[in-house]
Amino acid sequence: METALLRMSEVSKSFGATHALDHVSLEVRGGEVLALIGENGAGKSTLMKILSGAIGPDRGQMELAGRRYVPRGPHAARVAGVAMIYQELNLAADLTVAENIMLGQEQHRCGVLRRAAQRGHVRRALELLGRADLPLDLPVRNLSMADQQMVEIARALALETKVIVFDEPTSSLAQDDVESLFRVIEKLKRAGIAIIYISHFLEEIRRIADRFLVLRDGSVAGGGSLAGVSEAQIVSLMVGRNVDELFPSVPHTPGEVVLSLDALAGRIAPKEATFELRRGEILGIAGLVGAGRTELLRCLLALDPVRAGTVRVLGTTPRATPRARIRAGLGLVSEDRKNEGLAQRETIADNITYSRLAPYSRFGWLNLRRRRAAVQAWMRQLNVKARSPEQPVEHLSGGNQQKVALARVLHQDADVLLLDEPTRGIDVGTKSEIYRLMAQLAAEGKAIIFVSSYFTELLSVCDRVAVMARGRLREIRPAREWTNASILSCALGVDRASE
Amino acid sequence: MNRASTEPALGMARRGGNFLRSVVGPFLALILVVGVFTIADNLQVDGGKFATLKNAQNVLVQSAVVAVAALGMTMIIISGGIDLSAGTTMALAGTVLAWFLREGHSPAVAVAAGLGTACLAGFINGSLVSLLRVVPFIVTLGTMTIYLGTAKLIGHDTMVRPFPAQVPQWMRDLLQPTPREHLAWMVFSPGVWSLVALAIVVSAVLRYTVFGRHVFAVGSNESTARLCGINVPLTRIAVYTIAGFFVGVAGLYQFARLTIGDPTSGTGKELPIIAAVVIGGGSLSGGRGSILGTLTGAVIMQVIYSGCTALKQPNSIQEIIVGAIIVAAVTVDQVRQRRLSG
Repeated sequence: METALLRMSEVSKSFGATHALDHVSLEVRGGEVLALIGENGAGKSTLMKILSGAIGPDRGQMELAGRRYVPRGPHAARVAGVAMIYQELNLAADLTVAENIMLGQEQHRCGVLRRAAQRGHVRRALELLGRADLPLDLPVRNLSMADQQMVEIARALALETKVIVFDEPTSSLAQDDVESLFRVIEKLKRAGIAIIYISHFLEEIRRIADRFLVLRDGSVAGGGSLAGVSEAQIVSLMVGRNVDELFPSVPHTPGEVVLSLDALAGRIAPKEATFELRRGEILGIAGLVGAGRTELLRCLLALDPVRAGTVRVLGTTPRATPRARIRAGLGLVSEDRKNEGLAQRETIADNITYSRLAPYSRFGWLNLRRRRAAVQAWMRQLNVKARSPEQPVEHLSGGNQQKVALARVLHQDADVLLLDEPTRGIDVGTKSEIYRLMAQLAAEGKAIIFVSSYFTELLSVCDRVAVMARGRLREIRPAREWTNASILSCALGVDRASE
Repeated sequence: MNRASTEPALGMARRGGNFLRSVVGPFLALILVVGVFTIADNLQVDGGKFATLKNAQNVLVQSAVVAVAALGMTMIIISGGIDLSAGTTMALAGTVLAWFLREGHSPAVAVAAGLGTACLAGFINGSLVSLLRVVPFIVTLGTMTIYLGTAKLIGHDTMVRPFPAQVPQWMRDLLQPTPREHLAWMVFSPGVWSLVALAIVVSAVLRYTVFGRHVFAVGSNESTARLCGINVPLTRIAVYTIAGFFVGVAGLYQFARLTIGDPTSGTGKELPIIAAVVIGGGSLSGGRGSILGTLTGAVIMQVIYSGCTALKQPNSIQEIIVGAIIVAAVTVDQVRQRRLSG
């Protein structure tokens, strides 16, 4: 039995009173792909930050190639042989392919670059990837996304590398490029490199990985060989309960049409979106990062400029300003709680009531006592855990912040709720509460558009699911006619005819 | 949740949940500075002139011009903006006022013209910031010079001197450090009391009106404000226009002290105005600031000047100390922010 190339044992890390990681152990052998699976907030990124030296663990040890491994920072980790490939590419767009590959690891003598030595490293790295065809002196700005990713991987290979971590590498790639990425990963395996592969897409993991490890709430929930493990088993390990319990169902039936879009187009995305939404209906919008889902919601609220098309809400055609759209009955929960969704430094009371202060004001003067009472009622109803309505939002947990954001659109009494990744970065318990809330709201006659990258929750919560790819709304079908796999292939832009 | 409940109650204090702390907090620095100077002054052989009513009357009158303009600046800074033209706008308002008096118009018309000019200047600042979407720093850097030029144009490159008879008595009384006999019951000058009244109004507007909530929302997170349907450009324009009004009042105060309209008298005055807000806890990144803090900030600067004079320190030392206090205040603010977001 071959020994592990990388071993992390009993690693723990706390932020304040939150246990981000609780005695997590992980092993990868050379030439093996380990899939790291878990919900957002499960601790994957904290674990990888510790591995890459960005933060230090509170407890636990790491071993690399049989030696104690204590990286003092990202650079030290890199020199020791641990490389990270992030979802967002980290390239200097105006530097050339060769310069980017050697960035931060330049070969020099007394500060003067050793050009020949550098190019040798670059060539070797690209050959290992089977991409010796990439022009070394072209600025990377001119390369496709997939080729840019290759440059990023080549950077990881330029110095001797033992472990490579891929963090959701396929989320911005087209199907063909995903295939070539997988071929490259096979090559890396054969070169004896240990690979940790993080992804949400279980199909992908099944294709590329040998073993898997599931993290949940900072602990290892399970793991082992992928052979003979069903998708449902992995999902229940991820969420810690049966799938039915996670998605409470409240019966709701669609009524009259409340929102209709006709050829709505934004500046970049959406290219063209046409659909209708009824009262009591939850419409899911699936797609990959960059497919234009967020932009669609933003165009609906006129936060982004609208290029063409019409939006009708409850029979009216509101002007293209956020204020008019909100008056007409739309409400948006932003995907970016920190920078857009909430004014972090302001209080819960302010954040809930910003979009509708009218009930508490007379000639512009506020009745703060009445407002406080109303806010407390909403906090109770959504089970927001906080000391008082005057507490700044920034001190709340992600789940409680999300409830505040939801409380705002409910308080403004929107008829159509636009929810952009409302369950991102929050714990499983709160997720379940939010699913139940959505179903209840639909039963009360609200219409909901639910954008998510997590297909399982879309299929379980929504009545219909639409898939977007490259700015286009490709297809809308009842949720039961979709599967995880069919959504993915539609989102990747694979034609159904050619499947 | 555990984490949230163990956090210090900073936000609470800011929101008035802990009333005592929120009221006393801004005064602590002032009390400290006054205390240090009082002790140092009394240790001198010929000391004892610092902690006197007469000196207090002087200090308050001297800080009133900066303080009243800083009321508007506080609103601007809370909304995430800045106004570098406050100083020259103040001189412009004073010059316009003087011009109208000299041309024989009634004091009421002259005051209205001065205030109106300042409001217009603020309105122009706000409109440019909102509509051109140029950062406030650059816009007001430009209008700062424009308003200086305009004032010089009105004054034909020199000072506008109304005849002594054209300046009404109430204007002369406005900033008399020690009120004259029939106003002696006021103890402090009418201008100081007007400042207090205006400060209470602005404070209430910021806290108890829809507009005030919108100002905080825009400064705290403009994206959130837009998301909530708040009319961000309109809010900005309103903030700058109202701030213009207070700068106009500062112009009136300045005129009341000088009884001439000097087009260049405001040059450089924007800096102590901004400093007052910052010392008082206003954050240049927006969303934070308090009227009480700003008033204290304005007074602290004047106390330092006055205290150093009592200790016979030269001007140069006074300036170094004030500068150090500004840096210290901003550093404290940054540290506090980092702790909150960390």
